Amino acid sequence: MDKIIRVDMSQLTTRTEAVPPEWAGLGGRALTSAVVAKEVVATCHALGSNNKLVFAPGLLSGTSAANSGRFSAGAKSPLTGTIKESNAGGTAAQMFARLGIKALIIEGMPVTGKWYGLQVNKDGVSIAEESELVGKGNFAVVEALSERLGKKTGLLTIGPAGEMMMLSANISVKDSDGKLRSHGRGGLGAVMGSKRIKFISIDDAGAPGVKLADPAKFTAAARVFARSILDHPATGQGLPTFGTAEMVNIVNAAGGLPTRNFSLGQFDRHEAISGETLREVIIERGGKPKHGCQPGCIVQCSQVYLDKQGNYVTSGLEYETIEMLGANAGVGDLDVIAEADSLMDDIGIDSIETAVAFGVAMEGGVLPFGDGAEVLRILRDEIAFGTPLGRVMGSGAGNVGKVYGVRRVPVVKNQGIPAYDPRSIKGIGITYATSTMGADHTAGYAVGTNLMGVGGGVVDPLKKDGQVELSRHLQIITVMLDSVGLCLFLGFPAADMPTCVPALVDMLNARFGLKLTPEWFGLLGVTTLKTERAFNIAAGFTNKDDRLPEFMCEPLPPHNAVWDFTGEEIDAFWDF
Amino acid sequence: MKVTINLFATFRDGRFKGEQRELAEGTTLRQAIAGLGIAQGEVGMALINGRHAPLEHPLAEGDVVALAPSLAGG
Repeated sequence: MDKIIRVDMSQLTTRTEAVPPEWAGLGGRALTSAVVAKEVVATCHALGSNNKLVFAPGLLSGTSAANSGRFSAGAKSPLTGTIKESNAGGTAAQMFARLGIKALIIEGMPVTGKWYGLQVNKDGVSIAEESELVGKGNFAVVEALSERLGKKTGLLTIGPAGEMMMLSANISVKDSDGKLRSHGRGGLGAVMGSKRIKFISIDDAGAPGVKLADPAKFTAAARVFARSILDHPATGQGLPTFGTAEMVNIVNAAGGLPTRNFSLGQFDRHEAISGETLREVIIERGGKPKHGCQPGCIVQCSQVYLDKQGNYVTSGLEYETIEMLGANAGVGDLDVIAEADSLMDDIGIDSIETAVAFGVAMEGGVLPFGDGAEVLRILRDEIAFGTPLGRVMGSGAGNVGKVYGVRRVPVVKNQGIPAYDPRSIKGIGITYATSTMGADHTAGYAVGTNLMGVGGGVVDPLKKDGQVELSRHLQIITVMLDSVGLCLFLGFPAADMPTCVPALVDMLNARFGLKLTPEWFGLLGVTTLKTERAFNIAAGFTNKDDRLPEFMCEPLPPHNAVWDFTGEEIDAFWDF
Repeated sequence: MKVTINLFATFRDGRFKGEQRELAEGTTLRQAIAGLGIAQGEVGMALINGRHAPLEHPLAEGDVVALAPSLAGG
């Protein structure tokens, strides 16, 4: 990967640059965050011409390394006001890597009032005015562009939510089945919309491909790496069998399943929305219980969900979407949740933020708890068309709470808290509080250690002991995964299988002809987290923003657990 | 004594989802797991009344036990 491509949407010009030495060893999140921190004025308006939208494949993307095809998108987030990196599967990361593109940096915004499409190929990138697809949902965009440019074309698109610059708008990535994966969190679709880019197509015909410095060493290490993934019970058995929804029954049993807008920790109909039930329903209807979000995935935690008549509804139905709509909003019905998931993909809106927003809206009296039909109607008739209610619902849980006078609003740095209540699973609470991204379970997934003892034993989820250290360790490790282009779940074998991280380092060295050590990863994590935090501080954030909402001190049944960390205890997170 | 046992994921295969069982007084969590034919090394999460408990913990009348294999991610 030897070039950086810049697109200036103010001037409607493009240029290709060599990779500066300071960015040569970076990829994925480490790179997008380095670019944003260096080039974006932290106090800028996230939807203005001074923000930049950066895409970068991981360091190992495009190689045969298992699960290395995650694609990072970065910018200042319009939802949180912080720096943001959101990564997704699909085919874009591998295509970028084959084209030798280390990063695509989109700057400025047009004054023409027109919409544009970008075409990335072996010669660079070109800008073309787009009118046909403006206003269209993501599925129509994928269909039209597959026809126009060929089925093999890679795609990044925004739906109506991104065009309207809704703060929950996501960026969709086409996967190898022509379906969608999402850069979901933080409203990056609104940033793309502010730059008037409806889609970015990727054509890797004639690409130079990924060259390995030591192919034999790479292949040997890749084999050991893959074996460590398959031998770990989480990535080798649990996730491929039940998908991420495996967590519904587990988290419910532990009393940390957000229910009725975070007022309860258990849901009486948990079995109906569990991973076990999901698997049964999928198999019964002839869907696919296993599916990868990216070519080369050997975990296959995704799935293809069909309706009762056997028609395709959605793929990649995740625990967070299922839980937040199913239990927290009380919908309790997989068919309704799957349809909502499909609608959110088409509209181009984050299924976590939007689901959290529904819980808040229900508490605010906008619709009754459990009213799945009204959830679908609001998605279809209000959010998709940007009616006043739709605009409010599309602006994130925090804003919905403000508009409807709700006191129990589960957000940190204005980003919705996902499907683990931090009072009963305290390690993830430290991650929500301190993450540079706002509340984000993927920034340091303490749930695995709190509930299942990943990485050397259970750290009791109901006690404060060890949680700050656990979250810090995981947040540093997660930067490694996000920068190499690896799926988050590879954190489990990385923590438990002694062969995993050495094989990963061997692959990087064999790919680039380097002599990195496992310690290098730790340093990358530390440097990146500190870079991201420095951006946030320059944007006006302080340690007082690293706090959970006030209502978290109210007891959560069944354990009557409360969030009882002092500010000082939370701030110790940054002592490294 | 009567104890409710809830099983998750693959632990349900050939067993059950949730059942109330009659166990001898003083039965420990370890003994209850062994009695289900589940190898100790397969257990990823063992809760008594929603809380993590050591394997030697004796069960009591009315306890709810939750057992899951090593799953980890969502």
